[in-house]
Amino acid sequence: MSPAALTAIRLILQRDLRVAFRRPGQLLQPLVFFIMVTLLFPLGVSPELSRLREIAAGVLWAAALLASLLALEFLFREDAHDGTLEQQVLSGQSLTAAIFAKTLAHWLLTGLPLALVTPLAAASLGAPSASWAGIVVAVLLGTAALSLIGSIGAALTLGVRRGSLLLPLLVLPLSLPVLIFGARATQLAIAGAPYLAPLQLLAALAVLGVTLAPLAAAAAVRVSLE
Amino acid sequence: MAWTWFHRLGSPPYVYALCARLTPWLAWPAALLIAGGLYAGLVLAPPDYQQGEGFRIIYVHAPSAWMSLMVYTVMALAAATGLVWRIKVAHAVAAACAPIGASFTFAALVTGSLWGAPMWGTFWEWDPRLTSELVLLLLYLGYLGLRSAIDDPQRADRASAVLAVVGVVNVPIIHYSVVWWNSLHQAASVMRIGKPAMPPAMLLPLLAVLAGFTLLFAALLLVRVRGEILERERGARWVAQELAQS
Repeated sequence: MSPAALTAIRLILQRDLRVAFRRPGQLLQPLVFFIMVTLLFPLGVSPELSRLREIAAGVLWAAALLASLLALEFLFREDAHDGTLEQQVLSGQSLTAAIFAKTLAHWLLTGLPLALVTPLAAASLGAPSASWAGIVVAVLLGTAALSLIGSIGAALTLGVRRGSLLLPLLVLPLSLPVLIFGARATQLAIAGAPYLAPLQLLAALAVLGVTLAPLAAAAAVRVSLE
Repeated sequence: MAWTWFHRLGSPPYVYALCARLTPWLAWPAALLIAGGLYAGLVLAPPDYQQGEGFRIIYVHAPSAWMSLMVYTVMALAAATGLVWRIKVAHAVAAACAPIGASFTFAALVTGSLWGAPMWGTFWEWDPRLTSELVLLLLYLGYLGLRSAIDDPQRADRASAVLAVVGVVNVPIIHYSVVWWNSLHQAASVMRIGKPAMPPAMLLPLLAVLAGFTLLFAALLLVRVRGEILERERGARWVAQELAQS
């Protein structure tokens, strides 16, 4: 990667983070959503921790998937709206690098905080404290993969009628492997079993996403801004 | 020159005429193979010693499932061709594939579920292959949804082409993650139709129906491609002349 692209990545990252921190309410939305969804299950299923522990992994991952889907809404939308994205396409710098930087910023703003509050949600679902470290690592890797996969869907639905309804249909089928491996790692961690294998598969998905998703998302942004 | 036949495939009027010429050559063998294969499979083939008469649904189910994957591959290849070389006809082929593929996927799901009712005692079992088919149906629906949500046809072509290519990279990953997920969750393996040890009286009709479905897909594709081309080229003069003649 050329030095110019690295500088572009750094600058876009700084800019996106700065813009996002001017609207803290928007940052909290997915987090609050995540906590709310995990809260619904004890109320709906049973207050017994032993029963909740059985479904904890699935609940955590379904909630994380939905929260990250919710957050995808503001990955490109505002920048496309005010023309920033168009300038980035026209700038002559690698659009793939720019998309990668934006996705990285998005993950830092949504995936990372989500992983940090996961122990809270996991504890409320009866996960023992020994399993938290494994769960947090799984959520870190999983949300990275979800942000990367989601960037393609977000780019494709830019400026599309009913885009926010279409986005889940495009992104969720592609996110199933993340859900499967993430929930599996979490389940094993809660049971106190070795969970390295599904964690490695999650990492593999994240690496695959880093290498391929920005390319596809850049192509999609070019199409959407035509 | 040797390459001129290839370049002509980029020309809508030529492809339109070619599709019309080829369709009967595909449709009639398809009809014969499917009719013959189904007769041999549903009537002549002996009942399975374990599953009895119920196994016969395989003659519709397995070819549909096979086609659902093949059509997605054809769609992604056509989409990639259209994306890279900007060939309008390739995009028309990809657009024509999607509804056919979604129908085959739906047929595979319905027949799989109907087969499951007597065999598993339930209409839906989270069998890895059925689950993969369900995800594939969602991928098709996403493709169709994206295409219908974008008004500008060229933008719709290219956006859905990106999605098709992304999808085809993901299909094997999804399939194997579902297989892995299921093998961990489900203790006892369900009864399977064994791949080997299928007597020729059962296997040959299956192969005939499979070949018939493939030809049927090709014939349906050509008909749909003609429709797509007509819709895309409706302002062109050759379309007016063509329609005036017929």
